[in-house]
Amino acid sequence: MNRLTLQPAARFSQMRRVQARQRVRMLAILGAILLAGVMLTLTLGQSFTPLTTVLRILGGAEVPGAGFTVRELRLPRAVISILTGACFGLGGIAFQTMLRNPLASPDIIGISTGASTGAVFAIVVFSMSGPAVSVVAIVAGLGVALLIYMLSWRQGVTGGRLILIGIGLAAMLQSVTAYLLMRAPSWTLQEALRWITGSVNGAQLDQALPLLIALLLFGGLLLSRSRDLETLRMGDDIAAGLGVRLATTRITIVISAVALVAFATAVSGPIAFVAFLSGPIASRLMAHRGSLLIPSALVGALLVLLGDYAGQFLLPARYPVGIVTGVLGAPYLVYLILRDNKSRGTL
Amino acid sequence: MLTCSQKPPTTQSSGVTAPHLRPATRTTQSRKKLSTRFAGGLLLLALLALALMLSVAFGAREVGWPEIIAALSGQVDTIGDAAVASRLPRTLLAVLAGAALGVSGGVMQGLTRNPLADPGLLGVNAGAALAIVIGIAWFGIDETTAYIWTAILGAGLAAVAVYAIASLARGGATPLRLALAGAATTAALSSLATAVILPRGDIGGLVQSWLVGGVGGATYEQITPVLPFLAAGFVITLLAARKLNLLALGDDTAAGLGEKVAVARAMSAVGAVLLCGPITAICGPIGFVGLVVPHACRLLVGGDYRWLLPFSALAGAVLLTLSDVFGRLVAHPSELDVGIVTAFIGAPVFIWIVRNRKVGSL
Amino acid sequence: MSASSLLAQSLVAGYGERTILNDVSLTVQAGKTTAIVGANACGKSTLLRVLSRLLTPEQGEVLLDGNAIHRLPTRRLAQQLGFLPQSPIAPEGITVLELVSRGRHPHQGLFKRWSAADEAAVADALSATHMTALAECAVDELSGGQRQRVWIAMALAQQTDVLLLDEPTTFLDINHQIEVLDLLTDLNQTRGTTIVMVLHELNLAARYADRLVAMAGGNIYAVGEPEEVFTEQMVRDVFGLESRVIDDPVTGKPMMIPLGRHGACK
Repeated sequence: MNRLTLQPAARFSQMRRVQARQRVRMLAILGAILLAGVMLTLTLGQSFTPLTTVLRILGGAEVPGAGFTVRELRLPRAVISILTGACFGLGGIAFQTMLRNPLASPDIIGISTGASTGAVFAIVVFSMSGPAVSVVAIVAGLGVALLIYMLSWRQGVTGGRLILIGIGLAAMLQSVTAYLLMRAPSWTLQEALRWITGSVNGAQLDQALPLLIALLLFGGLLLSRSRDLETLRMGDDIAAGLGVRLATTRITIVISAVALVAFATAVSGPIAFVAFLSGPIASRLMAHRGSLLIPSALVGALLVLLGDYAGQFLLPARYPVGIVTGVLGAPYLVYLILRDNKSRGTL
Repeated sequence: MLTCSQKPPTTQSSGVTAPHLRPATRTTQSRKKLSTRFAGGLLLLALLALALMLSVAFGAREVGWPEIIAALSGQVDTIGDAAVASRLPRTLLAVLAGAALGVSGGVMQGLTRNPLADPGLLGVNAGAALAIVIGIAWFGIDETTAYIWTAILGAGLAAVAVYAIASLARGGATPLRLALAGAATTAALSSLATAVILPRGDIGGLVQSWLVGGVGGATYEQITPVLPFLAAGFVITLLAARKLNLLALGDDTAAGLGEKVAVARAMSAVGAVLLCGPITAICGPIGFVGLVVPHACRLLVGGDYRWLLPFSALAGAVLLTLSDVFGRLVAHPSELDVGIVTAFIGAPVFIWIVRNRKVGSL
Repeated sequence: MSASSLLAQSLVAGYGERTILNDVSLTVQAGKTTAIVGANACGKSTLLRVLSRLLTPEQGEVLLDGNAIHRLPTRRLAQQLGFLPQSPIAPEGITVLELVSRGRHPHQGLFKRWSAADEAAVADALSATHMTALAECAVDELSGGQRQRVWIAMALAQQTDVLLLDEPTTFLDINHQIEVLDLLTDLNQTRGTTIVMVLHELNLAARYADRLVAMAGGNIYAVGEPEEVFTEQMVRDVFGLESRVIDDPVTGKPMMIPLGRHGACK
């Protein structure tokens, strides 16, 4: 070992290089798993399509039989799963980091619920469809976020108060969603479940472009703030002392995260617990090797992709992805609250 | 001397008479309390009478007084009489459900020493729903009494689990932890319930029934099996009231004053679940009644559970009956389920409580 | 390193409706250690928060080298003035090295990579706080005193001329309190860092600070060297406590012994 003989500064630099290398390696592994997952979902469904055929179909070739399945069913599903998962993952980790609480994800504090209620309202009451629904969902999501923030403002906002008020609003919004769905002229369980727990059934490729644009735009905005976000984890006072502009940073983060969650919710409904689970899982995998934004986006994409696959093919019946992730979330949540025993629950 | 501003003393929601008050002050205070309690009780009774009248009189179909009187005396000759007659069991259920949920919420708040405790928040609704779904799908239960037992089981397990999860963490079950554990457990249990139902097309409609709670369409046949459970629940919780007063001082103090804390806890919990489980089984989730009512009653009678619980029963009945009437009027000629109305009344109260509490105690 | 001057001019500040500071003016002497003392809720932490710009005053301003800090760009201020709150939160699992590296935040930009200067500042801060050997440890695993040294190291890596600390010794055992205060004195003497700290323990404040600021009721009661300010009268007026002030047999600084109701018997 030569590191004991090195000057501290040189030793530290070496440690940082090792960490950076480990980070890149972990990101590459996650990317590879995601790619493998995509391959799996494209090739193996009700029937098996060889990878070479899939690639030919994606290249534009007409393959009788398999062509429709891959291009119209499997591909849109995979693409939408990845995009919504990444959006939820990013939105979740942004909130969790900013509020320094793994439980403060948008799906628990009512922002996804708000977006979902907005979407259902647009569909049931105004008979809207397509991008207009997204717009209403986003406006509703932002409106709920703003309302939660204003209601929790009392000489400043504390994380605990904000979360509780979010839970209260979410309960109210859930009953509105349920009521709207029950009064909807054509009530089907599958469609109702989309807006209650989330589903990527019936995904269409033309839903992908707005999602992709949202992901790039708002995800990019979050990434540009990633260092400030990391600093916020040490508390507002420390962050301010280190030169983070609290107000602008918070507003940027909230708007970006809410927009990401709302865009995704407008397409897939509030897929349960994906925003809540992605960040903490990413945090375990990365073990403090830099910002968690990109890892969470990858984990979120993986959760939705594989959760949906499991719900379709690995379980005795066909379940929408939100049911699978909803059940997955429970043991983790219990673990999270119990773990509070030993250390502070700051993610 | 010290010139710095002193912090005002924090007011605890568990407002047991401060022990440091001198006896003289205490008597005057309790005498004053007694008169407010008396007046409050009369007011609530009057409100209940009004609510009952409104509930019988208003609905999708407009009826006149003769028809109401006819129906009340047992005649069912016209459609109007029949409409009124159908409102009677519904009104009865609203009264029972409101009273049960109000008391249950008050007990849970005392038991957990947590101002945000409420059957819905503690996962009772989702637990009951999941238990019933499993009972129907896997064990083929199909009669009201079996539903009720199953619901009590599910509700009890869920409430205990949520409370245990929240209180095992260091620092105990803070309102924040309890609310989070409840919200997330509810999400998980609902997912499980949906997972049980989805493969079974025949019972798919069940999802609808637990999405929003209501008292519409109630029949006497539905209500009768619930009565023994509610009666037992009311008796047990009233017997536990004195114990709750001691628990409010903290476990250690209660034990120091000679109370068996575990027994007190178990007894109150059983009573609370006996009240809210059956109601959830036949009405579905009606949120926030258990949260709002005890808080409102505390303003009226203070923190003594011997007074608080009966008042909560009365006020709960008033709140739920009026909410049901409101739901019928506002969406005329259709109706709004009472669960929605209470959510809209309850959520603002919830937020108000959260806003008015010291941040440290969250 | 040239010392910076910090000047508070007729500050009125508080939280919402509650005004806590009533017209407070203070000159912090450059290159000195200043301790702010006073009873609970007398405004000492509020004053520190205004000095560090965490709280915007309703009236008055704070000047750092003649510039109003509430109008300076946030990042530039953070390069000149560091602040350590009372009980900072370390993200779970973070290592000492990473935490101290966060202190370089104000010196980095969106596209500026980690530089040799950054690394040198971190190494320097770790060695000044004797934490180099523990650089790879998780902060959670350290003792209270070591943890406080890590936070001070972070503030050092920030390389500011002025360092404000809110009760840096609370929750520490007495040996760790001394360790932290010794460390701060080293910094002040070797680097000329201007240090302003809120301290609870009056005797330690008198012993370690060049200047004392005694506060009561949102106003400054007295400012000056410990020998001047620290009197039985001050203890009575500020803390409402009868006491005897004697010379500390070790350092010769003033030292307070509370009388209490039962003390006078002997």
